[in-house]
Amino acid sequence: MSEPVISLRGVHAELGSRPVLRGIDLTVHRGEVVALLGANGSGKSTAVRSIIGQVPAAAGEIELFGTARARFRDWARVGYVPQRTTAAGGVPATITEVVSSGRLSRTRFGVLRKADHAAVRRALELVGMADRAKDSVNALSGGQHQRVLIARALASEPELLIMDEPMAGVDLASQEVLARTLREQVAAGATVLLVLHELGPLEPLIDRAVVLRDGCVLHDGPPPKAVGQHALPGHDHVHPHAAHDAEPIRTGLLS
Amino acid sequence: MEILNYAFMQRALLAAVLVGITAPAIGIYLVQRRQALMGDGIGHVAMTGVGLGFLLSWSPVWMATIVSIVGAVLMELIRWYGRTRGDIALAMLFYGGMAGGVMFINLAPTGSNANLTSYLFGSLSTVSESDVTAICLLAAFVVLVTLGLRRQLFAVSQDEEFARVTGLPVRALNLLTAVTAAVTVTVAMRVVGLLLVSALMVVPVAAAQQLSRSFAATFAIAVAIGVTVTIGGTVTSYYQDVPPGATIVLLTIGAFIALTALATPLARRRARALAAAQPSGDPAECAIPASRGTDGKVGV
Repeated sequence: MSEPVISLRGVHAELGSRPVLRGIDLTVHRGEVVALLGANGSGKSTAVRSIIGQVPAAAGEIELFGTARARFRDWARVGYVPQRTTAAGGVPATITEVVSSGRLSRTRFGVLRKADHAAVRRALELVGMADRAKDSVNALSGGQHQRVLIARALASEPELLIMDEPMAGVDLASQEVLARTLREQVAAGATVLLVLHELGPLEPLIDRAVVLRDGCVLHDGPPPKAVGQHALPGHDHVHPHAAHDAEPIRTGLLS
Repeated sequence: MEILNYAFMQRALLAAVLVGITAPAIGIYLVQRRQALMGDGIGHVAMTGVGLGFLLSWSPVWMATIVSIVGAVLMELIRWYGRTRGDIALAMLFYGGMAGGVMFINLAPTGSNANLTSYLFGSLSTVSESDVTAICLLAAFVVLVTLGLRRQLFAVSQDEEFARVTGLPVRALNLLTAVTAAVTVTVAMRVVGLLLVSALMVVPVAAAQQLSRSFAATFAIAVAIGVTVTIGGTVTSYYQDVPPGATIVLLTIGAFIALTALATPLARRRARALAAAQPSGDPAECAIPASRGTDGKVGV
């Protein structure tokens, strides 16, 4: 295996005083596509947010591209798609304005040059939103909004993509666009860490799955195979789930 | 224009224009972060600075600048650390600042509540030459920050978590926003007054949003509205002998109502045009119900 792009060793993290991560080991190598799976509250989002520094790690080591996270400065190599919580800010903004934020890591003092504008346009083309570039993000559907957030992450032409629930609340057309975009990125050599609720349409892309439960790694290996009617040909996992039955760990296989 | 023959009116108009530019320029970031009332809080804290200025016989404008910067930094720190009790701490800061101002000004040999009133609600005739110098310097700082760092401030105000991953110094930019807002409050306090300054930060932005789809256009329109109402309010105040702060704020709200009335049929027509352009619609948008709602309450 080549050098690790993400490396977590014995990472603990707390939210408030509640321990959410209880000693996680996770390594993602160059060119790998790793899915982080787990039920609600298993700590998968916290794990990702500790990697980017949004949640402080109480103990353990986190490295990005072989550098300790606290000393890591080369953020243009990382593209991040946060879990979609707020649809937009309190002021209208166009799709181009939002996606341009993703290019800031490649600029000096926030000045966008010709090449930067071209990169923003390319990112919008990748997710099929170039024709909407001047529209307000407030007018977008959930799936279109997610495509914009992914374009924002791609604007810096990153080597590593970290995505938190990219398929949550996304319509079928956008899911296909997202899966195609991700396939192209992987084909071009990108490393990807995905937080997923279920493997869904991204299943064929995924090299390895790490399953969390109660803040510990429960499984690290090949992605769990779909069972029952999920395994039928043509079943593409786009059916709506209610929150309470969203349980991606197929325990029959893993325990 | 006989009104320009008076030196005090020249000073008042210059101060008014600078307020019209700076208040919406920083206000747009506060609105974007959904902290629209932050300016109001800083205005309360600045009262202690005005009171201290009188007590120590020091320029109330500079003293208010220092105190409101300290207050704004404290508010930002409370936002980071005081998660659960944050609002209580903020309330104490606001009302402590207001009570401190009233107390200090009454202790001061030269001060009285009449002095305080001119700072609370604004006053044209009392804008002194040294005030104008201070206002010009402070306004230059605000314009430099809000225009020069617009992409960085936009990114941080839009999505703090993402901004961190682009390597932006998120905490430093948050502090800079708070300090700039504090400086703007003191720029505005001579003309609009401490209690009404927040209106000029928020309402022009809200009015501009009725017409615009982009952040850049919202910024430009908000500043244009800000300058129009501050000049209009100052001139009206001179001719009609009404308080300038109240006139300016009422004019701003009037502009908001007028633009909303104007924009609603416009938006409706735009929506109809869009629907006509896509006759079949996008079938996939309707076929799949959002699987877990859009609030994203998943995971941790």
